[in-house]
Amino acid sequence: MKTILIRGGRIIDPSQGIDRIADLLLSKGVVKGLADHIDPPDGAAVIDATGMVVSPGFIDLHCHLREPGFEYKETIATGTLAAARGGFTTVCAMPNTSPTMDTRATVDFVMRMAREEGAVRVLPIGCITKGSKGKELAEMGELAEAGAIGFSDDGHPVADSNVMRQALSYSSVYGLPIIDHCEAPDLFRDGVMNEGWVSNHLGLRGVPNSAEDVMVARDIALAELTGGRLHLAHVSTAGAVQAVRDAKERGLNVTCEVTPHHLTLTDRAVLGRFGDGVPGEFDPLTPVAYDTNAKVNPPLRGQKDVDAMVQALADGVVDVIATDHAPHSTVEKLCTFDEADFGISGLETALGSVMSLVHSGKITLPALVERLTIAPARFLLASSASIDHRLGTLKEGAPADVTVFDPDAEWRVDPTEFASKGKNTPLAGATLRGRVVATVVGGEVRHNQEDSALGQAVRKGRRV
Amino acid sequence: MTQASRVEEREYLRTPTESTDGARQLAGRRHVLDLDDFTREEIGAVMENTRAMKEVLQRDIKKVPALRGKTIITLFYEPSTRTRVSFEQAGKILSADVISVTGGGSSVEKGESLYNTARTIQAMDADLIVIRHPQSGAPHFLAGRLDISIINAGDGTHAHPTQALVDIFTMESHLGPIEGLKVVIVGDLLYSRVARSNLWGLTKMGAQVVLCGPPTLIPSDFQNGHRKEVGHPFTNVRIETNVERALDGADVVMALRLQLERQRAGHLPSLREYSRMYGINSKRLQLAKPNVLVMHPGPMNEGVEIDSEVAHGARSVIEEQVTNGVAVRMALLYSLTAPTLHATPDTVESQQLSKPGPKPRPDITSRRVYLK
Repeated sequence: MKTILIRGGRIIDPSQGIDRIADLLLSKGVVKGLADHIDPPDGAAVIDATGMVVSPGFIDLHCHLREPGFEYKETIATGTLAAARGGFTTVCAMPNTSPTMDTRATVDFVMRMAREEGAVRVLPIGCITKGSKGKELAEMGELAEAGAIGFSDDGHPVADSNVMRQALSYSSVYGLPIIDHCEAPDLFRDGVMNEGWVSNHLGLRGVPNSAEDVMVARDIALAELTGGRLHLAHVSTAGAVQAVRDAKERGLNVTCEVTPHHLTLTDRAVLGRFGDGVPGEFDPLTPVAYDTNAKVNPPLRGQKDVDAMVQALADGVVDVIATDHAPHSTVEKLCTFDEADFGISGLETALGSVMSLVHSGKITLPALVERLTIAPARFLLASSASIDHRLGTLKEGAPADVTVFDPDAEWRVDPTEFASKGKNTPLAGATLRGRVVATVVGGEVRHNQEDSALGQAVRKGRRV
Repeated sequence: MTQASRVEEREYLRTPTESTDGARQLAGRRHVLDLDDFTREEIGAVMENTRAMKEVLQRDIKKVPALRGKTIITLFYEPSTRTRVSFEQAGKILSADVISVTGGGSSVEKGESLYNTARTIQAMDADLIVIRHPQSGAPHFLAGRLDISIINAGDGTHAHPTQALVDIFTMESHLGPIEGLKVVIVGDLLYSRVARSNLWGLTKMGAQVVLCGPPTLIPSDFQNGHRKEVGHPFTNVRIETNVERALDGADVVMALRLQLERQRAGHLPSLREYSRMYGINSKRLQLAKPNVLVMHPGPMNEGVEIDSEVAHGARSVIEEQVTNGVAVRMALLYSLTAPTLHATPDTVESQQLSKPGPKPRPDITSRRVYLK
């Protein structure tokens, strides 16, 4: 582990209220010091961060690494490499693998693979119910012992309200959150996109906002009943954030996350987009009309909802940004819209997407960094004794997890260059402003834009 | 064939291509996916060309060599009588080779993906695919990825543009210009691809369109304020849940097929109640203008959405819709596959003798030109 000096960058560390130009010294895997000027110690590697932002490593509470079971979509190796390229130093892996993470054996496997092949820290999320079938609770006690930081049946809602009640109640013993994917099956039916004029125009079956709203309302009522800890995954509707706002005002233990795509894209993305990829310039008759890469669950919503999400993120009702990185193989998207799988490969475009909110003045840069660093770290801190309690900060002695990004660099999204196996993004060809240039995890450089060639910066001999 | 009939034939071929401005308007079009990207002029051109084709249909020998040597594939993933047959008839009258592929008895049955099936057809050097598919957007999926003309013969609940063109042609031939006509579409608007395409076509032609049905069968974006959203394409279409009010002074009434599945899915208490509240019967028809046209895209559920006496009554043009279907489809096949716009039989033949070079791969910039 080398000593690394990151020089001359704008250090933004919301955990300490720091936002100034300074040098940051990393040594022996931890943060050694932060000062206006630090002379490079002998043998230190120096990263010139002039004009860059230096922040604690980003933490993603919600991603799908697909291993075990779906290695053709993604592996822990490729998924964590994508995370590093996106500036994430810690990712939480959703349990909808095959087999699902409803036993210690699967959790242990994921953690071992992450240790051996992972480019960043991986924290597992266990299932709420056995096989994510929504019937019987998974063995939460054992999953907690194994290191799960929460429970989720993500991809499926827990449809049975009584099962949800028991889950919120039982998990409270371990202080771990229930992370619910809110979708009322009766209203969702066989919907494939947001219900609105775009779905009507395209003749696609719509999912109304109320499918999410009623489930969020139910979950909040059950959290109140049980005193359990509730975290709402990928909220996407104005109604849902309003419900969370009310719940927080009533002092309930409810948190929620929003994805970069629900903050920046509307359902018009499904109409298609010109090859030059300017987001928002849509036309129904381009080669990407019925863009299956914009098929995601919850669906991309209307402009009113996007505005509500941005507002809620800015004023703190939405606690964190999480990617819901959901890689799929090409075949699963090269088909009609009805047949395509739900999901967006989001780790590598996350920062560039959400930086548009900073550039348009809708949120300040320190607030954005907060939602990507200390806010998810606090969420994890409340969860488990087994994880490092000093994530998301650049305090002295904290793990040397650092993200360096250029807030103004413009780059064109080319999915063929993704480290992720999932090339499924509706942003293909779009120009984003804001790019991660270096990612340091525990004092090791896991991604360095300078080195370019895919994976070169990261350890060798990994199975990809 | 006598010399005289050759000359006669030549005249027929010239009609749809050289005599109108309209034909030029279609020059850049490669696909017919829906009417949302048609201009009013283009629809007018299709009408013009259809009139010429209708003339061919009235001949004793219904055959012209316009598309000789062209291969048209009809790829039907859903059962269909009138649409498939009318496309095949249209192709055959124009002397194209028409090959029919349906779900059963083809590799579709073995689970071959739509993409691979279509690639295979393209590799066989077909000139045009007519596709019907149960999933919305399937024709767009092919158009975006293959270098071949695509005609949408009905996709999921999305669009049925050729049927809408048939309906517009039928209206125009009885009532004259569409501009200002009050057209009432009654029934299952939520799932009807015919209604959706007619909505595009008719609003572009300047008709006042009224959509009528129970609220459960009207897309929610017409009812819940979404029409105020930026980009909503139909801000001026009237929604009416009372059929009597809707029919008042109507020039055209189009009844849509109501399927029993809607009752099962909970959209309706019963077909019986639907018939009582929304069925088109002779009493209700009296509210419309005296020369009202009664239309139905078929197949009909007589006694449900339309009474038999109305369906077969004096104001009904339902069978004429079927006849016009062939002419419209001839016009479209001709516009999309004829070798050159100002073709005469001679130029057609000389072009067919020269071996066509490799087709250029689709690229985004050229497609933009094609489509606009």
